[in-house]
Amino acid sequence: MIQIKNIHAGIEGKSILNGINLSVKAGEVHAIMGPNGSGKSTLSSVIAGNETYEVSEGDILLDNESILELSPDERAHKGVFMSFQYPIEIPGVSTTNFMKTAINAKRKAHGLEDLPAKDMLKLIREKSELLEMDRKFLSRSLNEGFSGGEKKRNEIFQMAMLEPKLAILDETDSGLDIDALKVVANGVNKLRNKDNAVIVITHYQRLLDYIIPDFVHVLHNGKIVKSGGKELALELEEKGYDWLK
Amino acid sequence: MAKMDLQEKLVSSFMVLENLGELDLDSNVHAIRTEAISAFEKQGFPSKKDEEWKYTSLRAVLNHDYSVFPKAETSVEFKDVKKYFLHEIESYKVIFIDGVYCSFLSSTTHDGYDICLLSAALKNPKYKLTIDNYFNKIVDKSSSVTNLNTAFSKEGVYINIPKNVVLPKPIQIVNFYTGSEKEILLQPRNLVIVGENSHCQIIERHQSLSENVVLTNSVTEIFANKRAIIDFYKIQNDNENASLIDNTFVQQRESSVVSVNTFSFGGKLTRNNLEFYHEGEHIESHLNGISILDKKQHVDTHTIVKHQHPNCESFELYKGIYDDASTGVFNGKVIVDSEAQKTNAFQQNNNILIGDKASINAKPQLEIFADDVKCSHGCTIGQLDESALFYMQSRGIPTKEAKALLLYAFGNEVVEKIKIPELKSRITKLIANKLGVKLGFEF
Repeated sequence: MIQIKNIHAGIEGKSILNGINLSVKAGEVHAIMGPNGSGKSTLSSVIAGNETYEVSEGDILLDNESILELSPDERAHKGVFMSFQYPIEIPGVSTTNFMKTAINAKRKAHGLEDLPAKDMLKLIREKSELLEMDRKFLSRSLNEGFSGGEKKRNEIFQMAMLEPKLAILDETDSGLDIDALKVVANGVNKLRNKDNAVIVITHYQRLLDYIIPDFVHVLHNGKIVKSGGKELALELEEKGYDWLK
Repeated sequence: MAKMDLQEKLVSSFMVLENLGELDLDSNVHAIRTEAISAFEKQGFPSKKDEEWKYTSLRAVLNHDYSVFPKAETSVEFKDVKKYFLHEIESYKVIFIDGVYCSFLSSTTHDGYDICLLSAALKNPKYKLTIDNYFNKIVDKSSSVTNLNTAFSKEGVYINIPKNVVLPKPIQIVNFYTGSEKEILLQPRNLVIVGENSHCQIIERHQSLSENVVLTNSVTEIFANKRAIIDFYKIQNDNENASLIDNTFVQQRESSVVSVNTFSFGGKLTRNNLEFYHEGEHIESHLNGISILDKKQHVDTHTIVKHQHPNCESFELYKGIYDDASTGVFNGKVIVDSEAQKTNAFQQNNNILIGDKASINAKPQLEIFADDVKCSHGCTIGQLDESALFYMQSRGIPTKEAKALLLYAFGNEVVEKIKIPELKSRITKLIANKLGVKLGFEF
């Protein structure tokens, strides 16, 4: 589904990613682990199309087509989704209106009419129940005054609404207590199917107890230094990252 | 110099009107007018040398050969102007076309309260006492444009609500200009008196229906008696050859609550002068506004809130979005006299500059002479938040819509203050139009 080929990227001339290669097939879950500053968040930003980062070399293919020249919204229309480590607060726009705008923008890009209001409400109800969300959050300003856990839950709700092909979960476990972590992981698991793929970016192993990865990759100094199965995550938990440096 | 010409023309026009006997020579108002024209003759139009007009030049606006005398009634078809009314709801209406009252579009009343014409109130002996007590009592006599309006104050809206009346529906005031003259100066004059415990909502709009040049110099005096509640909404969405100097003076008695909400999207040059005076304790004053400008539009908001008594509160919230080469001015003066202990005065002015050539001059002025008060002001000038833009784009919302949604969200705090739901949805649509997008949801 997605092929990341020798990606070099940086910010303001400072290089962060130094030749990342990664291939994710439909139906797979890949975990990317690594210490702080290893380039995990940069990788997710580069895939999502954040223009703050400059890609100097390499390519990213989604279904065999390069997406590097596409804007973030065009990538989203093709099915890329990133759950933010720090979701942005947008005062004045309710979660419901935000989602309506996003869904209809995607439909428009695919030449479809706006989703009828009735169907939209039904979809919102279904997906918010999946995430066991308190309905009052839907009418409140997006992420404004939400706790860390509420923000992350809202991210996965958005993912459920948008049904992406490729979901990148950037440090989704940070700021979550164990109950919220289970709800969020459970939501992600329910959304998994043979046609989509998930990249889980995390510092700690604990999320991977609930979202079981097929592959684990260790990122260090902007390179993947080790790959393995899910048992690699446990090994990292035990030994830390130092032995890989 | 054209500017001198207009000033001279206005002064001689006054004499012409006086000779024609059109200025109610036997009333006390005539003396007020005479005094006002003399003051204007001395003061002249404000120039950039005046501290209060430093960032707003009237030079271009005054450089026209304005017609000063309104002609007889010009008619318009209701279907052509329907969109300028908040027609979804029942309302009283006082409508003027080219400065002349238009009876067939209006819906006035004398049943229990007066919502009618100032010209009628000035002529009718029944209203003499009220006029003598209230007319021209709280205007700023050092303001030359206000004096100019006073000198020519013949027509406008007269609202007098006695005590204990909650108006069943809002009042809409619309001043249309049809382009009957090539260049016209309109000077509406409104007097609003709301009695003890009474409530009233007013929506005011100036709307040019032609590309001809119009300058409106409007004065509104508002008196809120004890515990009265008044909500005033000003829609400034005129076309690009229309300029407006809007002078609003508010006097509040004990425990009254007055809000003035200004929505500036259109027009060439707009100057809002807003002054609040407190005459009692436990008063609340709310001043809200949003300006969304582009091209070379200019909006200048000057506010004064004078706290003269203890235990009063004022809340100011002004937001501005400036695209292209548009310019804004915000000057918010809050004066807290030494007797006005326990005052709460809050002022917030937030601006976003989008256009490379856009600019805003913002100046909060707090003059506090009491020691036990809570006063704050916050003024910000910024750009759109890039991280929020990326967040929205990552959800599939294209840049243009994402920007519009962020700007809409930025202004929403002011829109939320609107207490008439239909007006709120109308203003939201005007904002979406102005931002040039169809947002993906209904308001």
